[in-house]
Amino acid sequence: MDTLLKLDDFTMHYRTKAGWVQAVDGVTLSLARGQALGLVGESGCGKTSVAMSIMKLLPYNSKVVRGRILFEDRDIYSMSDEEVRRMRWKGIAMIFQAAMNSLNPVYRVGNQIVEAIVTHEPETSEREARERVASLFELVGIPKERVDHYPHEYSGGMKQRAVIAMALACNPKLVIADEPTTALDVIVQDKILREIDQIRRKINMSMIYISHDVSVIAEVSDVVAVMYAGKLVEMGPADNVFKKPRHPYTCGLMMAYPSILGDKHELATIPGEPPNLLDPPAGCRFHPRCDRASVECREADPVWRAVAEGHYTACHNPVEITGTWSEAVKALNGGERLGASSNA
Amino acid sequence: MVLPATPDMPDADDAILRVERLSKYYPVSRGFFQRRHLLLHAVDDASFEVRRGEVSGLVGESGCGKTTTGRLIARLILPTAGRIFVDNADVSKIQGSDLVEFRQKVQMIFQDPYESLDPRMTIFDIVTEPLNVNGIGNLEEREERVAEMLSLVGITPPSAFLFRFPHELSGGQRQRVAIARALVVNPTFVVADEPTSMLDVSIRTGVMKLLAQLREDLGISYLYITHDLAVARYLCDRIAVMYLGKIVEMGTAEEIVKEPLHPYTRALISAVPVPDPAIRRPVPNIKGGLSKPINPLPRCRFYERCPDARGVCADQNHPELKEVSGGRFVACHVL
Repeated sequence: MDTLLKLDDFTMHYRTKAGWVQAVDGVTLSLARGQALGLVGESGCGKTSVAMSIMKLLPYNSKVVRGRILFEDRDIYSMSDEEVRRMRWKGIAMIFQAAMNSLNPVYRVGNQIVEAIVTHEPETSEREARERVASLFELVGIPKERVDHYPHEYSGGMKQRAVIAMALACNPKLVIADEPTTALDVIVQDKILREIDQIRRKINMSMIYISHDVSVIAEVSDVVAVMYAGKLVEMGPADNVFKKPRHPYTCGLMMAYPSILGDKHELATIPGEPPNLLDPPAGCRFHPRCDRASVECREADPVWRAVAEGHYTACHNPVEITGTWSEAVKALNGGERLGASSNA
Repeated sequence: MVLPATPDMPDADDAILRVERLSKYYPVSRGFFQRRHLLLHAVDDASFEVRRGEVSGLVGESGCGKTTTGRLIARLILPTAGRIFVDNADVSKIQGSDLVEFRQKVQMIFQDPYESLDPRMTIFDIVTEPLNVNGIGNLEEREERVAEMLSLVGITPPSAFLFRFPHELSGGQRQRVAIARALVVNPTFVVADEPTSMLDVSIRTGVMKLLAQLREDLGISYLYITHDLAVARYLCDRIAVMYLGKIVEMGTAEEIVKEPLHPYTRALISAVPVPDPAIRRPVPNIKGGLSKPINPLPRCRFYERCPDARGVCADQNHPELKEVSGGRFVACHVL
């Protein structure tokens, strides 16, 4: 497949008064044209740092320690500022977290999008830009007459839609959506996720969805990557990851999610709390919270390796689920350890 | 955390909380030169009850009035109309020493543990404050009680946390401290307003299990306010669904989740994402977006968005909540 974006052992740290925060550590992944990647993990696991790294929007106290990010085979971190500026919005656009607050309250919504278009495509006239904004609004489902309204006249869902329209304004090849619907109610969330998905398929755009919500990621992604404490712990086709998760953290995360479907199952608690990334635990960063941890896990950092076609994990004792996921959940409710029957 | 099935419909005396035709209107102003004074019907004619030892869920989207209902019950605000009974005492009429007692009996846990704990107080000060305010015990007894509460909510060992400040604690630990503060005065009824929505998944389950455990151990009844139906299903015996200030459906948690009757509940449930890529959910059957109940028209609140709306829904006032089977209530003209 045609690779659009590639992260190769990308490692980025933040300098703070207390020391270096190892926010992103050895992330390797690639994204094909037209593909949707879901990056899931809890707060502070480094998801947003990965997004900011791809956009090259890192703050002054950050440092790329090693690794590369290639967008269309070009290393983002060896591009000049001018090249990066051209790549942003036309190549990669971003829907920021809390998008509702990312609109400028004193400018009309339409004008803010026109500005983005004219800045990034100087050859476009303002009238053409206006026409494009009108068609974008239609695409995301905002009535045309709202173009000249101010952000405060919009509801939360409409602001979110406007921000999506803005991200799509310059026909980017990749859109990164950082928690695009977290602040919204479920019905609005459902509508917006369906809309983004339709648009993505229509114009064959790549997407990176970032969310803490396993179920949102399950619904919109082709490929799922799970992050924990700055590291990727598992990545693979959404079907594989959700049916046969291999990393104990992925299993724990899925087991902790209450579901509205099927029979009620016991919710799992992952003991302890995520580590402080100033001084992450040696070996596997998940080992203090993992019930499968062995001596090896405390000492050696697990290698990122393939466990199935396109399915990778970094774990010394990966979980082996032989039956269906719901059977595994039932077995766990019966007090069995996950995958214990098939794994020594 | 699979809870036992709810016992049969009890008599009224078994209710620790009874809400009767509760309403709260807020004045809002529109226009500048022709100023009009309108009323926002935050809670409108809501009736429900919570039985002793039960967890009742109040579920709805933002702006539906669920938090206002919680604040009314805790008497942080007073109702425009209607009555609230806690242990058969009319909450808005309680005065003097009875009010002091009421404040101990009914406690509240707030959504955001980053906002609800004073950053300049130590954990010990935070959890003792309700004891100080109510003049319970001497210093020694208070210390003992605080240590007991902290270990009960899983802040162990308490001695390691007593003189720390909230910023030294993680989100989950802070919410546990907030729970300890609410429970230190031995309440019988707790209004929990989205206590887990700010927490991460792996931490959230722990707090949910703690709340369920405390109910078992201490026999506390809860009103659990949440926007998340999946969470409500796990924690609550019964669920009331609210839409624009009105309760549109009530029943046991499993009934609501598995066989929703009201068109709004059906849409709400079908919009919840499921963690299985193989399942393609149907598009929720609902029109338009949420509006605000400002001087609402005398018709069904859900009329504009309802896929099943008929003439009767516009012609008649908002339907009353009717019992369709034992303990199952729906407010809909069409059903």
